[in-house]
Amino acid sequence: MGLLTLLALTAVGIVRLRNLFAVVILGAVYSFLIATVFLVLDAPDVAMTEAAVGAGIATVMLLAVLHLTKTEEGKPRQPQILPIFVSVVTGAALIYGTWDLPPFGSPDTPVHTHIGPYYLEQSIPDTGVPNVVASVLTTYRGFDTLGEVIVIFTAGIGVLLLLGRARRPGRKQ
Amino acid sequence: MRLDVILRVIAKLLIPFIAVFGFYVHFHAEYSPGGGFQAGVVVAAAVILYALIFGLREAERIVPVRVVELLMGVGALIFLGIGVITWLYGGNYLDYYALPIADPQISQQVGIILIEVGVLAAVTGAILAIFYAFAGRGR
Repeated sequence: MGLLTLLALTAVGIVRLRNLFAVVILGAVYSFLIATVFLVLDAPDVAMTEAAVGAGIATVMLLAVLHLTKTEEGKPRQPQILPIFVSVVTGAALIYGTWDLPPFGSPDTPVHTHIGPYYLEQSIPDTGVPNVVASVLTTYRGFDTLGEVIVIFTAGIGVLLLLGRARRPGRKQ
Repeated sequence: MRLDVILRVIAKLLIPFIAVFGFYVHFHAEYSPGGGFQAGVVVAAAVILYALIFGLREAERIVPVRVVELLMGVGALIFLGIGVITWLYGGNYLDYYALPIADPQISQQVGIILIEVGVLAAVTGAILAIFYAFAGRGR
């Protein structure tokens, strides 16, 4: 609960601040808080990814972008009624959706009764890999991971095409 | 950045440990949290830290743009290629049991390690390529 309160406070700070440098740093704080939440939920793999990508790489990228633009957000031209309306309605719909979710940690949900137990029981006999997350990602769901790698590859190609290749050292400047 | 002696010394001390931790996360992923993706990000972070402290050109001297772009493609190709190899041995796509190794558990682990190398290369390459593209524009 404390973590979620801190998350909410950070989000409010991000919305209210106009200094983009502070916003980027608060974004990193938000990522670390989310990573801690994942750790509390016993998902260290996801927590590690969130801390490394969200708090580390994304922050550096955003700082690199800030270097190219202004560091102060412009004042909105008219009162922001439509955005507030959209976020309130979306938030209300999401909260309404959570009412149908099973209680937290309940063992008889599909996620714990469908295919999860098979992975937990078969990972050692099938592959000898004790970290079930690794064996699911690479063996049982190897095809999905392949798709993930292709997505990352495509993202890299896309940025290179949009921004142009980084200049060769020594050619300019 | 030229006068920040403390930053430079600390970075010099930290970067080898960050890189080694990245490879630990990679090769120990069977037993502990982690994997090629997380390892790729950590290894890329080591290079990015180097670029932040010592300058982009120094980093590009050690890890050239060409190598980074090559890594990105080679990583994806390794992953795709393992699937093709399992085809050639008569299995389904990415069916590591088809690899010509007697012990089925070992064949799974060999397959996992090989595709994780592909993931590591692709992620490190993609992140560094994006970083170089953004940071290179500021000059």
